[in-house]
Amino acid sequence: MAEVLVIVDHVDGAVRKTTTELLTIARRLGEPAAVFFGAGADAATETLGNFGATKIYVVDDAEIAQFLVAPKVDALVTIAQQASPAAILVTSTSEGKEIAARAAVRLDSGLITDAVDVDASGVATQSVFAASYVISSKVTHGTPIITVKPNAAAPEAAPTTPSVEKVAVAYGATSTTAQITNVAPRAKSGRPELTEAAIVVSGGRGVGGPEGFSVVEALADSLNAAVGASRAATDAGWYPHAFQVGQTGKTVSPQLYMANGISGAIQHRAGMQTSKTIVAVNKDAEAPIFELADYGVVGDLFAVVPQLTEEVGKRKG
Amino acid sequence: MKIVVLVKHVPDAAGDRSFSGDTTTDRAAVDGRLSELDEYAVEQALQVVEKAGEGEITFLTMGPEAASEALRKALSMGGDAGVHVVDDALHGSDAIATSLVLAAAVRRLEPDVVICGMASTDGTMSVVPAMLAERLGLTGLTLAASLTIEGNTVTIRRDSDEASTTITGSLPALISVTDQTGEARYPSFKGIMAAKKKPVETLTLADLGIDPAQVGLGAAWSAVDNIAKRPARQAGTIVTDEGDGGVKLADFLAAGKFI
Ligand SMILES: Cc1cc2nc3c(=O)[nH]c(=O)nc-3n(C[C@H](O)[C@H](O)[C@H](O)COP(=O)(O)OP(=O)(O)OC[C@H]3O[C@@H](n4cnc5c(N)ncnc54)[C@H](O)[C@@H]3O)c2cc1C
Ligand SMILES: Nc1ncnc2c1ncn2[C@@H]1O[C@H](COP(=O)(O)O)[C@@H](O)[C@H]1O
Repeated sequence: MAEVLVIVDHVDGAVRKTTTELLTIARRLGEPAAVFFGAGADAATETLGNFGATKIYVVDDAEIAQFLVAPKVDALVTIAQQASPAAILVTSTSEGKEIAARAAVRLDSGLITDAVDVDASGVATQSVFAASYVISSKVTHGTPIITVKPNAAAPEAAPTTPSVEKVAVAYGATSTTAQITNVAPRAKSGRPELTEAAIVVSGGRGVGGPEGFSVVEALADSLNAAVGASRAATDAGWYPHAFQVGQTGKTVSPQLYMANGISGAIQHRAGMQTSKTIVAVNKDAEAPIFELADYGVVGDLFAVVPQLTEEVGKRKG
Repeated sequence: MKIVVLVKHVPDAAGDRSFSGDTTTDRAAVDGRLSELDEYAVEQALQVVEKAGEGEITFLTMGPEAASEALRKALSMGGDAGVHVVDDALHGSDAIATSLVLAAAVRRLEPDVVICGMASTDGTMSVVPAMLAERLGLTGLTLAASLTIEGNTVTIRRDSDEASTTITGSLPALISVTDQTGEARYPSFKGIMAAKKKPVETLTLADLGIDPAQVGLGAAWSAVDNIAKRPARQAGTIVTDEGDGGVKLADFLAAGKFI
């Protein structure tokens, strides 16, 4: 069976859930082989094997950490030329999409981005035009390269003991020109990851200011939810941009999405429209968010949300 | 300093966007406009020239006749000239083919800096800038939340969930900018009038030396199988808060087993 390369998304060897989803999808298409960039491969081996990676290609040269994206493409192309994989799967992060884009050019291969599912015949499903259409398509030329969104599959374990192969890569002169000169890590919120959370509680302009977000956070914490924000709120600096939901922020598809003081502009909907259940609190009965809501409360969020938080606390007892 | 800014003409996201029978975006159904995310690229180019006190900006687009409107809009904000790649054979081109054509057009202009938007608002693939950097061998400084150019050096800040990263490279470089770089200016009346006199060159595939068989729907390296409109969400229950809105919401959440 041909290998299916899966680029590992990790933080210092801690493998992200999205990678276990990709390994699960890869098994439909062939034999999953993980491609691990940077330090921490040892720490990742167990998880990767647990989700079916029969092989782990490791590239941990200084170039990977020193330069933006391009050295990873050199490495991926080296591995792909050696392995002739049936497909290459990459998580749909901004870096993942860039690696995929450059690799597609170099490998003369077709590319599909932001798939929400990939079946055994390689047909990928995408959600387009602010999630108003569902398209399925297939790569018809070269090695299919597909970037896959979070939550595209439920991770299923398939334990194996992977072999580990260190790969020697010759880096091109034009791949080592964008130099990373400083990395300032972000503080962790301690809440669930926005794109992975089962419940997302968001706040928009209606929250009124940075202090207003404490109301949203309190509700989120009572539900063990992630906090999201509209662009109006992140642009105003009330909440960090990393939490923005929508076209230029994150796409979320949780079991429950709660929009508080958010009008529901098309660009916001693009990032949350596929949520299973949608709830909205807004003082304007005409707000477009109510067109999407399974349950909506027309009212002041500063009255409704704290009451809900208290009620959740009571009922959880 | 020579700057090329890539601008795309897209169907307005506020309209009811759809597909034509041949699976391509229906560009007639909804009014087109300069992609909002490319306005940020235009703005950053103008600021680079304003800070440097010199520089020449050319806007480049590939698309049907109407795409020239995107060039006019950009030119009304500022800059010097436009280049429009237009050819019937381009209809249905995928990102690979688009980047092939745009790369050829950029090469003719020999810029020091190429600036793109972070993603087009119709395709939203966010891949053309990376493909262009790859094809042109330029220093790729993508997804800049802020940027500065000093002499021969470009520095950008790029934000991710884990970190805020500073990246530096030398010219010639390709930069893509996010909507975090700051609001784009509105064209002034004077700008709109001046734009009408700025030169716009039209190029065909033959001008670029590209074989039409390499582009268009027929040469796309992925094929659409099926297109379906997502069913509209069922109308839900909307209640007005009469002092018990939070309690009612809790009831709804409990019924859905969220609590
Ligand atoms: C290219 C582009 C990309 C974009 N990308 C994104 C994106 O990724 N994400 C995104 O969110 N937006 C995005 N936008 C912006 C989007 O168009 C909207 O401007 C934005 O979503 C509005 O945010 P909002 O709903 O919080 O604010 P508003 O539209 O101002 O709505 C605020 C709502 O709060 C309600 N309200 C006020 N006070 C209260 C109260 N006390 N209690 C209850 N309700 C109250 C009001 O009735 C109103 O409906 C993008 C725009 C463009 C052009
Ligand atoms: N047809 C086009 N004409 C000009 N620029 C384009 C075109 N397609 C993409 N671009 C540029 O590439 C960026 C990313 O586009 P995309 O990869 O399609 O999301 C856009 O913001 C534009 O700057």
